[in-house]
Amino acid sequence: MLLATTTPTGAVVLGVAVFLASAVEMVEALTIVLAVGVTRGWRSALEGVAVALLVLAALVAAFGPALVHWVPLSALRLVVGALLLVFGLQWLRKAILRAAGLKAKHDEDAIYAEHVAELAGGPEPASGRDATAFTVAFKGVFLEGLEVVVIVITLGTTSHRLGLAAAAAGAAAIVVCAVGLVVHRQLSGVPENAMKMGVGLMLVSFGTFWSAEGVHVVWPGSELAIPVLVAWYGLVAWLLVAALGRRGAGYRAARATAAGGPAHV
Amino acid sequence: MSERTRDLRSAVRRWPGAFGHFWWEFLIGDTPELFVGAVAVVGFVAVLCLWPGLRTVAAYVAPVLVSLVLAASVAVAARRTP
Repeated sequence: MLLATTTPTGAVVLGVAVFLASAVEMVEALTIVLAVGVTRGWRSALEGVAVALLVLAALVAAFGPALVHWVPLSALRLVVGALLLVFGLQWLRKAILRAAGLKAKHDEDAIYAEHVAELAGGPEPASGRDATAFTVAFKGVFLEGLEVVVIVITLGTTSHRLGLAAAAAGAAAIVVCAVGLVVHRQLSGVPENAMKMGVGLMLVSFGTFWSAEGVHVVWPGSELAIPVLVAWYGLVAWLLVAALGRRGAGYRAARATAAGGPAHV
Repeated sequence: MSERTRDLRSAVRRWPGAFGHFWWEFLIGDTPELFVGAVAVVGFVAVLCLWPGLRTVAAYVAPVLVSLVLAASVAVAARRTP
Protein backbone atom coordinates (compact mmCIF):
# COMPACT_ATOMS: atom_id res chain seq x y z
CA MET A 1 0.00 0.00 0.00
CA LEU A 2 1.32 3.44 -0.94
CA LEU A 3 1.97 6.01 1.76
CA ALA A 4 -0.93 8.35 2.34
CA THR A 5 0.90 11.45 1.20
CA THR A 6 3.11 10.24 -1.63
CA THR A 7 1.03 12.26 -4.09
CA PRO A 8 0.96 16.08 -4.22
CA THR A 9 -2.75 15.92 -3.32
CA GLY A 10 -2.02 14.06 -0.09
CA ALA A 11 0.80 16.44 0.81
CA VAL A 12 -1.36 19.51 0.16
CA VAL A 13 -4.23 18.14 2.26
CA LEU A 14 -1.79 17.28 5.05
CA GLY A 15 -0.16 20.73 4.92
CA VAL A 16 -3.50 22.56 4.91
CA ALA A 17 -4.84 20.43 7.80
CA VAL A 18 -1.79 21.10 9.99
CA PHE A 19 -1.70 24.80 9.03
CA LEU A 20 -5.38 25.42 9.89
CA ALA A 21 -5.35 23.36 13.09
CA SER A 22 -2.18 25.12 14.27
CA ALA A 23 -3.55 28.55 13.35
CA VAL A 24 -6.75 28.01 15.38
CA GLU A 25 -4.80 26.94 18.48
CA MET A 26 -2.31 29.78 18.02
CA VAL A 27 -5.05 32.41 17.84
CA GLU A 28 -6.23 31.17 21.25
CA ALA A 29 -2.66 31.32 22.64
CA LEU A 30 -2.16 34.79 21.12
CA THR A 31 -5.28 36.07 22.90
CA ILE A 32 -3.76 35.07 26.24
CA VAL A 33 -0.28 36.44 25.47
CA LEU A 34 -1.70 39.78 24.27
CA ALA A 35 -3.78 40.08 27.43
CA VAL A 36 -0.74 39.31 29.62
CA GLY A 37 1.61 41.62 27.70
CA VAL A 38 -0.75 44.59 27.65
CA THR A 39 -1.75 44.19 31.31
CA ARG A 40 1.44 43.04 33.05
CA GLY A 41 4.24 44.06 30.69
CA TRP A 42 5.89 42.34 27.74
CA ARG A 43 9.22 41.16 29.18
CA SER A 44 7.95 38.37 31.46
CA ALA A 45 5.15 37.49 29.02
CA LEU A 46 7.63 36.98 26.17
CA GLU A 47 9.95 35.00 28.46
CA GLY A 48 7.03 32.68 29.25
CA VAL A 49 6.30 32.31 25.52
CA ALA A 50 9.95 31.55 24.73
CA VAL A 51 10.27 28.87 27.44
CA ALA A 52 6.99 27.23 26.37
CA LEU A 53 8.14 27.15 22.72
CA LEU A 54 11.46 25.57 23.74
CA VAL A 55 9.68 22.83 25.72
CA LEU A 56 7.28 22.16 22.82
CA ALA A 57 10.14 21.98 20.31
CA ALA A 58 11.93 19.49 22.59
CA LEU A 59 8.77 17.34 22.72
CA VAL A 60 8.53 17.24 18.90
CA ALA A 61 12.25 16.43 18.58
CA ALA A 62 12.04 13.69 21.22
CA PHE A 63 8.82 11.91 20.26
CA GLY A 64 8.55 12.50 16.49
CA PRO A 65 11.58 10.53 15.24
CA ALA A 66 11.19 7.95 18.07
CA LEU A 67 7.66 7.11 16.91
CA VAL A 68 8.77 6.73 13.29
CA HIS A 69 11.70 4.45 14.15
CA TRP A 70 10.26 2.22 16.85
CA VAL A 71 6.55 1.78 16.16
CA PRO A 72 5.35 -0.39 13.19
CA LEU A 73 3.56 1.70 10.57
CA SER A 74 0.25 -0.22 10.65
CA ALA A 75 0.04 0.04 14.47
CA LEU A 76 0.98 3.73 14.29
CA ARG A 77 -1.76 4.36 11.71
CA LEU A 78 -4.38 2.47 13.70
CA VAL A 79 -3.68 4.32 16.97
CA VAL A 80 -3.02 7.73 15.39
CA GLY A 81 -5.99 7.35 13.04
CA ALA A 82 -8.34 6.56 15.93
CA LEU A 83 -6.89 9.51 17.88
CA LEU A 84 -7.41 11.89 14.96
CA LEU A 85 -10.90 10.51 14.38
CA VAL A 86 -11.98 11.24 17.96
CA PHE A 87 -10.26 14.64 17.99
CA GLY A 88 -11.67 15.60 14.58
CA LEU A 89 -15.20 14.51 15.51
CA GLN A 90 -15.05 16.78 18.57
CA TRP A 91 -14.02 19.78 16.43
CA LEU A 92 -16.58 19.03 13.74
CA ARG A 93 -19.43 18.57 16.24
CA LYS A 94 -18.68 21.96 17.87
CA ALA A 95 -18.36 23.70 14.49
CA ILE A 96 -21.70 22.23 13.30
CA LEU A 97 -23.49 23.31 16.49
CA ARG A 98 -21.99 26.81 16.19
CA ALA A 99 -22.84 27.09 12.48
CA ALA A 100 -26.43 26.01 13.26
CA GLY A 101 -26.63 28.64 16.02
CA LEU A 102 -27.07 26.09 18.81
CA LYS A 103 -23.81 27.01 20.51
CA ALA A 104 -22.33 30.45 21.14
CA LYS A 105 -19.39 31.29 18.87
CA HIS A 106 -15.88 31.50 20.32
CA ASP A 107 -15.51 35.23 21.05
CA GLU A 108 -11.78 36.01 21.33
CA ASP A 109 -12.51 39.67 22.17
CA ALA A 110 -14.62 38.64 25.18
CA ILE A 111 -11.97 36.13 26.29
CA TYR A 112 -9.30 38.84 25.91
CA ALA A 113 -11.31 41.27 28.06
CA GLU A 114 -11.86 38.54 30.67
CA HIS A 115 -8.11 37.79 30.89
CA VAL A 116 -7.25 41.51 31.12
CA ALA A 117 -9.72 42.00 33.98
CA GLU A 118 -8.32 38.98 35.86
CA LEU A 119 -4.67 39.94 35.38
CA ALA A 120 -5.16 43.61 36.25
CA GLY A 121 -6.42 42.56 39.68
CA GLY A 122 -3.36 40.38 40.44
CA PRO A 123 -0.49 41.36 42.76
CA GLU A 124 2.21 43.67 41.41
CA PRO A 125 5.68 42.06 40.98
CA ALA A 126 8.13 42.68 43.83
CA SER A 127 11.21 42.73 41.56
CA GLY A 128 11.93 42.90 37.81
CA ARG A 129 10.38 39.56 36.76
CA ASP A 130 6.58 39.19 36.95
CA ALA A 131 5.85 35.57 37.96
CA THR A 132 2.13 35.89 37.18
CA ALA A 133 2.79 37.18 33.65
CA PHE A 134 5.42 34.48 33.02
CA THR A 135 3.21 31.64 34.32
CA VAL A 136 0.03 32.70 32.52
CA ALA A 137 1.87 33.24 29.21
CA PHE A 138 3.76 29.94 29.59
CA LYS A 139 0.61 27.96 30.41
CA GLY A 140 -1.38 29.55 27.59
CA VAL A 141 1.25 28.86 24.94
CA PHE A 142 2.20 25.43 26.32
CA LEU A 143 -1.35 24.04 26.62
CA GLU A 144 -2.55 25.37 23.25
CA GLY A 145 0.81 24.40 21.73
CA LEU A 146 0.53 20.86 23.10
CA GLU A 147 -2.50 20.31 20.87
CA VAL A 148 -0.46 21.60 17.92
CA VAL A 149 2.37 19.21 18.87
CA VAL A 150 -0.03 16.25 18.99
CA ILE A 151 -1.39 17.16 15.54
CA VAL A 152 2.08 17.73 14.05
CA ILE A 153 3.49 14.49 15.47
CA THR A 154 0.48 12.32 14.61
CA LEU A 155 -0.10 13.66 11.09
CA GLY A 156 3.63 14.04 10.40
CA THR A 157 4.84 10.65 11.57
CA THR A 158 1.96 8.63 10.13
CA SER A 159 2.52 10.08 6.66
CA HIS A 160 6.33 10.06 7.07
CA ARG A 161 6.28 13.83 6.47
CA LEU A 162 7.18 15.24 9.86
CA GLY A 163 9.20 18.03 8.20
CA LEU A 164 6.23 19.17 6.11
CA ALA A 165 3.90 19.07 9.14
CA ALA A 166 6.37 21.06 11.27
CA ALA A 167 6.85 23.58 8.44
CA ALA A 168 3.07 24.03 8.10
CA ALA A 169 2.80 24.66 11.86
CA GLY A 170 5.72 27.12 11.66
CA ALA A 171 4.02 28.95 8.77
CA ALA A 172 0.82 29.14 10.84
CA ALA A 173 2.82 30.66 13.72
CA ILE A 174 4.27 33.33 11.43
CA VAL A 175 0.90 34.16 9.86
CA VAL A 176 -0.93 34.30 13.21
CA CYS A 177 1.79 36.52 14.77
CA ALA A 178 1.71 38.84 11.73
CA VAL A 179 -2.08 39.04 11.82
CA GLY A 180 -1.92 39.52 15.60
CA LEU A 181 0.38 42.53 15.16
CA VAL A 182 -2.03 44.06 12.64
CA VAL A 183 -5.42 43.37 14.18
CA HIS A 184 -4.10 43.45 17.76
CA ARG A 185 -7.25 43.63 19.88
CA GLN A 186 -9.72 42.59 17.18
CA LEU A 187 -9.10 38.86 17.19
CA SER A 188 -12.82 38.23 16.75
CA GLY A 189 -12.23 39.21 13.10
CA VAL A 190 -10.52 35.83 12.56
CA PRO A 191 -13.10 33.41 11.04
CA GLU A 192 -12.41 30.82 13.73
CA ASN A 193 -15.55 28.72 13.31
CA ALA A 194 -15.04 28.32 9.56
CA MET A 195 -11.42 27.31 10.21
CA LYS A 196 -12.52 24.83 12.88
CA MET A 197 -15.06 23.34 10.47
CA GLY A 198 -12.31 22.89 7.86
CA VAL A 199 -9.89 21.38 10.35
CA GLY A 200 -12.56 19.06 11.74
CA LEU A 201 -13.37 17.81 8.23
CA MET A 202 -9.71 17.11 7.49
CA LEU A 203 -8.92 15.48 10.82
CA VAL A 204 -11.97 13.19 10.55
CA SER A 205 -10.99 12.32 6.96
CA PHE A 206 -7.35 11.54 7.86
CA GLY A 207 -8.54 9.70 10.98
CA THR A 208 -10.97 7.53 8.99
CA PHE A 209 -8.36 6.82 6.30
CA TRP A 210 -5.50 5.89 8.60
CA SER A 211 -7.42 3.98 11.27
CA ALA A 212 -9.03 1.93 8.46
CA GLU A 213 -5.63 1.37 6.80
CA GLY A 214 -4.33 0.22 10.17
CA VAL A 215 -6.87 -2.64 10.12
CA HIS A 216 -6.11 -3.42 6.42
CA VAL A 217 -9.06 -1.77 4.68
CA VAL A 218 -8.43 -1.49 0.92
CA TRP A 219 -9.26 2.08 -0.18
CA PRO A 220 -10.41 2.45 -3.80
CA GLY A 221 -7.96 4.90 -5.42
CA SER A 222 -5.56 4.54 -2.47
CA GLU A 223 -4.63 7.99 -1.07
CA LEU A 224 -6.96 9.75 -3.52
CA ALA A 225 -9.72 8.59 -1.18
CA ILE A 226 -8.72 11.35 1.29
CA PRO A 227 -10.17 14.30 -0.73
CA VAL A 228 -13.26 12.16 -1.40
CA LEU A 229 -13.63 11.62 2.35
CA VAL A 230 -13.25 15.40 2.95
CA ALA A 231 -16.05 16.04 0.42
CA TRP A 232 -18.28 13.32 1.95
CA TYR A 233 -17.92 14.64 5.50
CA GLY A 234 -18.41 18.19 4.19
CA LEU A 235 -21.74 17.11 2.71
CA VAL A 236 -22.74 15.41 5.97
CA ALA A 237 -21.81 18.54 7.97
CA TRP A 238 -23.79 20.76 5.57
CA LEU A 239 -26.84 18.51 5.85
CA LEU A 240 -26.62 18.52 9.65
CA VAL A 241 -26.30 22.34 9.79
CA ALA A 242 -29.27 22.68 7.41
CA ALA A 243 -31.37 20.23 9.43
CA LEU A 244 -30.61 22.05 12.68
CA GLY A 245 -30.98 25.54 11.19
CA ARG A 246 -34.62 26.11 12.18
CA ARG A 247 -34.04 24.94 15.73
CA GLY A 248 -30.94 27.16 15.93
CA ALA A 249 -32.95 30.22 14.82
CA GLY A 250 -35.37 29.65 17.69
CA TYR A 251 -32.47 29.27 20.13
CA ARG A 252 -30.79 32.48 18.89
CA ALA A 253 -34.06 34.41 19.19
CA ALA A 254 -34.60 33.14 22.75
CA ARG A 255 -31.01 34.06 23.68
CA ALA A 256 -31.37 37.54 22.18
CA THR A 257 -34.68 38.11 23.97
CA ALA A 258 -33.10 37.06 27.27
CA ALA A 259 -30.22 39.50 26.63
CA GLY A 260 -32.67 42.27 25.74
CA GLY A 261 -31.39 42.64 22.17
CA PRO A 262 -32.87 42.09 18.71
CA ALA A 263 -33.79 38.56 17.65
CA HIS A 264 -31.57 38.53 14.54
CA VAL A 265 -28.16 37.82 16.17
CA MET B 1 13.19 19.22 54.36
CA SER B 2 13.30 22.71 52.87
CA GLU B 3 10.14 24.38 51.60
CA ARG B 4 11.58 24.47 48.07
CA THR B 5 12.15 20.66 48.10
CA ARG B 6 8.64 20.10 49.42
CA ASP B 7 7.17 22.29 46.65
CA LEU B 8 9.19 20.41 44.05
CA ARG B 9 8.01 17.02 45.36
CA SER B 10 4.43 18.20 45.42
CA ALA B 11 4.75 19.45 41.83
CA VAL B 12 6.27 16.12 40.72
CA ARG B 13 3.40 14.23 42.43
CA ARG B 14 0.83 16.41 40.63
CA TRP B 15 2.32 15.79 37.15
CA PRO B 16 0.85 12.31 36.48
CA GLY B 17 -2.59 13.54 37.50
CA ALA B 18 -2.29 16.62 35.30
CA PHE B 19 -1.01 14.46 32.42
CA GLY B 20 -3.95 12.07 32.79
CA HIS B 21 -6.36 14.98 33.05
CA PHE B 22 -4.98 16.48 29.81
CA TRP B 23 -5.51 13.23 27.88
CA TRP B 24 -8.98 12.69 29.42
CA GLU B 25 -10.04 16.20 28.35
CA PHE B 26 -8.32 15.78 24.99
CA LEU B 27 -9.98 12.48 24.06
CA ILE B 28 -13.20 12.28 26.06
CA GLY B 29 -14.13 15.59 27.72
CA ASP B 30 -17.87 16.22 27.57
CA THR B 31 -18.45 13.97 24.54
CA PRO B 32 -17.76 10.39 25.64
CA GLU B 33 -20.16 9.16 22.93
CA LEU B 34 -17.71 10.28 20.23
CA PHE B 35 -14.84 8.33 21.81
CA VAL B 36 -16.95 5.19 22.29
CA GLY B 37 -18.49 5.56 18.80
CA ALA B 38 -15.13 6.01 17.06
CA VAL B 39 -13.59 3.02 18.86
CA ALA B 40 -16.69 0.92 18.03
CA VAL B 41 -16.50 1.89 14.33
CA VAL B 42 -12.79 1.01 14.11
CA GLY B 43 -13.49 -2.28 15.93
CA PHE B 44 -16.37 -3.18 13.58
CA VAL B 45 -14.28 -2.34 10.50
CA ALA B 46 -11.41 -4.47 11.89
CA VAL B 47 -13.82 -7.42 12.24
CA LEU B 48 -15.05 -6.91 8.63
CA CYS B 49 -11.43 -6.98 7.45
CA LEU B 50 -10.95 -10.48 8.86
CA TRP B 51 -12.60 -11.58 5.58
CA PRO B 52 -10.30 -10.39 2.75
CA GLY B 53 -13.27 -10.13 0.37
CA LEU B 54 -14.87 -7.46 2.58
CA ARG B 55 -11.82 -5.16 2.81
CA THR B 56 -13.02 -2.90 -0.02
CA VAL B 57 -16.62 -2.97 1.29
CA ALA B 58 -15.25 -1.77 4.65
CA ALA B 59 -13.88 1.35 2.89
CA TYR B 60 -17.48 2.37 2.11
CA VAL B 61 -18.91 1.25 5.45
CA ALA B 62 -16.40 3.17 7.65
CA PRO B 63 -17.28 6.76 6.56
CA VAL B 64 -21.02 5.98 6.76
CA LEU B 65 -20.68 4.66 10.32
CA VAL B 66 -18.50 7.63 11.36
CA SER B 67 -21.14 9.99 9.93
CA LEU B 68 -23.84 8.22 11.95
CA VAL B 69 -21.80 8.62 15.15
CA LEU B 70 -21.38 12.35 14.39
CA ALA B 71 -25.07 12.81 13.57
CA ALA B 72 -26.13 11.01 16.76
CA SER B 73 -23.83 13.18 18.92
CA VAL B 74 -25.05 16.39 17.24
CA ALA B 75 -28.69 15.28 17.68
CA VAL B 76 -28.14 14.60 21.39
CA ALA B 77 -26.53 18.05 21.82
CA ALA B 78 -29.40 19.72 19.93
CA ARG B 79 -31.98 17.96 22.10
CA ARG B 80 -30.14 19.13 25.27
CA THR B 81 -30.20 22.76 24.09
CA PRO B 82 -33.12 24.55 25.78
